[in-house]
Amino acid sequence: MTFLPEKSGPFGHAETSVQKTMTLVLAALLPATLFNVWLFGWPALLLFLVTVGSCVAIEAGCLKMTGRPVQPTITDGSAVLTGWLLALSLPPWAPWWIGVIGALFAIWMAKFLFGGLGQNVFNPAMIGRVAVLISFPVQMTAFVPPKPLFTEGAPGLMESIGITFGETVNMDTVSAASALNFIKTELSRGIPVSQSMASVPGFTDMALGFHPGSMGETSALLILAGGLFLMAKRVISWHIPVSLIGTLLVMGTIFNLANPDRYLSGVFHVMSGATLLGAFFIATDYVTSPVSKSGQIVFGIGCGVLTWVIRTFAGYPEGVAFAVLLMNSLTPIIDYHIRPRAFGRTRKGEPLALTRKT
Amino acid sequence: MKLFAIRGGIHPDYRKELCAEKAIVALPLPRKLTIPLQQHAGAPALPVVAVGDVVGKGQVLAKAQGMISAPVHAPTSGRIAEIGDFPAPHPSGLTQRSIILEPDGRDAWADDLPAPIADPFKASARDIGDRVAASGIVGLGGAAFPSAVKLSLGTRHKLDMLLLNGAECEPYLTCDDRVMREYTDEVVDGARIMAHALGAPRVVVAIEDNKPAALAAMVKAAGAFANVEVVSVPVQYPMGSERHLTQAIIGLETPARKLTADLGVVVHNVATARAVHHAVRFGRPLVSRVVTVSGKGISQPKNVDVPLGTAVSELLAFCGGLSGTPKRVISGGPMMGQPLPSLDVPVVKGTSGILALTDAEVNEKPAGPCIRCGTCVTICPCGLVPVEMAAFIRKENMDGAAKSGVMDCVSCGSCSYVCPSHIPLVHYFNYAKGMINAKDRERRKTEQTKAMVEVRAARLEKLAEAKHKATAARKAPTETPGEGKASA
Repeated sequence: MTFLPEKSGPFGHAETSVQKTMTLVLAALLPATLFNVWLFGWPALLLFLVTVGSCVAIEAGCLKMTGRPVQPTITDGSAVLTGWLLALSLPPWAPWWIGVIGALFAIWMAKFLFGGLGQNVFNPAMIGRVAVLISFPVQMTAFVPPKPLFTEGAPGLMESIGITFGETVNMDTVSAASALNFIKTELSRGIPVSQSMASVPGFTDMALGFHPGSMGETSALLILAGGLFLMAKRVISWHIPVSLIGTLLVMGTIFNLANPDRYLSGVFHVMSGATLLGAFFIATDYVTSPVSKSGQIVFGIGCGVLTWVIRTFAGYPEGVAFAVLLMNSLTPIIDYHIRPRAFGRTRKGEPLALTRKT
Repeated sequence: MKLFAIRGGIHPDYRKELCAEKAIVALPLPRKLTIPLQQHAGAPALPVVAVGDVVGKGQVLAKAQGMISAPVHAPTSGRIAEIGDFPAPHPSGLTQRSIILEPDGRDAWADDLPAPIADPFKASARDIGDRVAASGIVGLGGAAFPSAVKLSLGTRHKLDMLLLNGAECEPYLTCDDRVMREYTDEVVDGARIMAHALGAPRVVVAIEDNKPAALAAMVKAAGAFANVEVVSVPVQYPMGSERHLTQAIIGLETPARKLTADLGVVVHNVATARAVHHAVRFGRPLVSRVVTVSGKGISQPKNVDVPLGTAVSELLAFCGGLSGTPKRVISGGPMMGQPLPSLDVPVVKGTSGILALTDAEVNEKPAGPCIRCGTCVTICPCGLVPVEMAAFIRKENMDGAAKSGVMDCVSCGSCSYVCPSHIPLVHYFNYAKGMINAKDRERRKTEQTKAMVEVRAARLEKLAEAKHKATAARKAPTETPGEGKASA
């Protein structure tokens, strides 16, 4: 009788798997997603389904074309997650082809061409979002004010199919601006931030999510809850979210105190746009962030600084996606230079000097 | 006592409850013992008996040869039936020189056992070291490094502490736990003798706090001695690693390429201390050890006192045999143990456990792509970056792997255990270590050959020169015979 394996030990394994990790992340996203689908109605749900479906279909197609096994990769949940995050970053009433094109960029270009799961340098969902943002700025900045399902003024299912799949979108009805967009536009017209802040949704609405924005980004509280859930489940650690949010908060606060007419407050930076979704769900993407905890802190700070810089000085009102992508490109360098100190060695790799307690 | 944190580590499923409450039972004498000549790190022992010899229990069968080696003794009385090559308890499945002993059933100790050392605390370190060496005692935690070599560290280092390792951090294993509970006084006495030999003023016994009974027993026994202290250390695999345990106790990292002795600490296993007690107080060499037989593939898990050389199959039969077909049969713990090539191999000095693990316990899955989750980096107790080393090794870039620190890896298995993609990281690292060592040996051999060729060339050149001179000298007189004649 022989029990010889083809590999050495250990002969035991924790109950961990890629699928389990992905499932937990999806579960953490569920509350915010459900809330926003309710808030923005049928068109949001349709776009969500189209985007997620496209991502899975494109992944399956790519795998099939290259003769790789389809089933294990599709069931690991990574394509669903990419599609999910991409959908959450789109304006809820955007037409269906925005989702499909975004999915194509995300899965085929950002993920598959780099070698598939684990090999991509850039966050696929953010590549998808940025690609459609740059290509279709009109559709990508057309937000809607909240129109909760089954309330007056909310489109019915048939009308929604028209909004998502038809040509009937009247851009005027969906012309609400996100808070960041509004303030940026006002500033460019010479209206100081301190003044335009009076016209954006209040703190409570921002926290609960009752304001125009991307499909999954409006409810600060629900996203925060999802992020804390992931931390409790040890899927993510505090390092990236805290350093990212902390940096943005500190920078925002300092500059706001120095010149409230020009700079947004730190709290508003954190509560608005994709900050929380980005900090907990996007910047923490395993594949494209550093592997060491100290590296993750550097990464988080970098994302925070770049987000503030882009929001404050660049042409786009929102900068999280760009910031994350820029930091993604630095991840290999961060991993190379910032690593844990090996046991019994200095940071340079030399043996520690011999010291004894007396 | 203040404890210090160690980096990383994991909390595997311990499953010690299978065996923790099973008192140690002695295995009935097997019909045949297969005693390998190498049950320790270092050089194999040299047989001093011949086929047909009748030996007493504890008689030397093979003597140590070289600096790092250990003798082997007859585990019971009987007749030497054969000396030959038999399967070794090693995953390679290769054979090893072994002595076959047929027990006579009397289990009678030999007459010429060394005399007990009357007062070990008056004996010299040398005498105790010699006795431990002559008794064939090796590290019983699993590494099987000759204990006498580690006991002699006191001559070259000023030591502060004997750190007695009762952490037993491997899942399933309970042999050290049981030894501490059932032979408490023997362990403490052995430890005090070892500390005396080392010249270490203190003994600290470290026990993971998942063994409350062992802790209580040891605390009670240690109470009688001012210099013996028992410390409960947190459950954190690999707490039982020598360097990590030392760090947890004294707060200092052992520098790379140094020993814990350089920090004033020598670490020995609790079962080793008991073996020292037997050797010094009774003159009895190491002829048996306590083995944990466990896993859900075993009908009746037990802690068994096993004569060395007993076939694993016989030990399993004593434990009710296998239940169903286990996925893996392991010697040692599941984290760092070795798979057994067959059940016909013997139990040796380093065998701390025999585990038969079911499919569910092993939880093996095909490896998937790395998602760079970084868990392996977070938990690596050696501060390495397993994900990076694995990437180098996958590309056969051994220089990159070495630079990334693969030779500092202790193969504790934590990274493989947690990897969500089930990547066999430790397998990669063991492979790389083998490749790098082989390359190193090759390089050294080439250098040696080169040096030898140079010496030879120099010698030949010298020889040729000498020959040339001799020829010239010989030619010189023959060329001038006329002159000679003339002068004559």
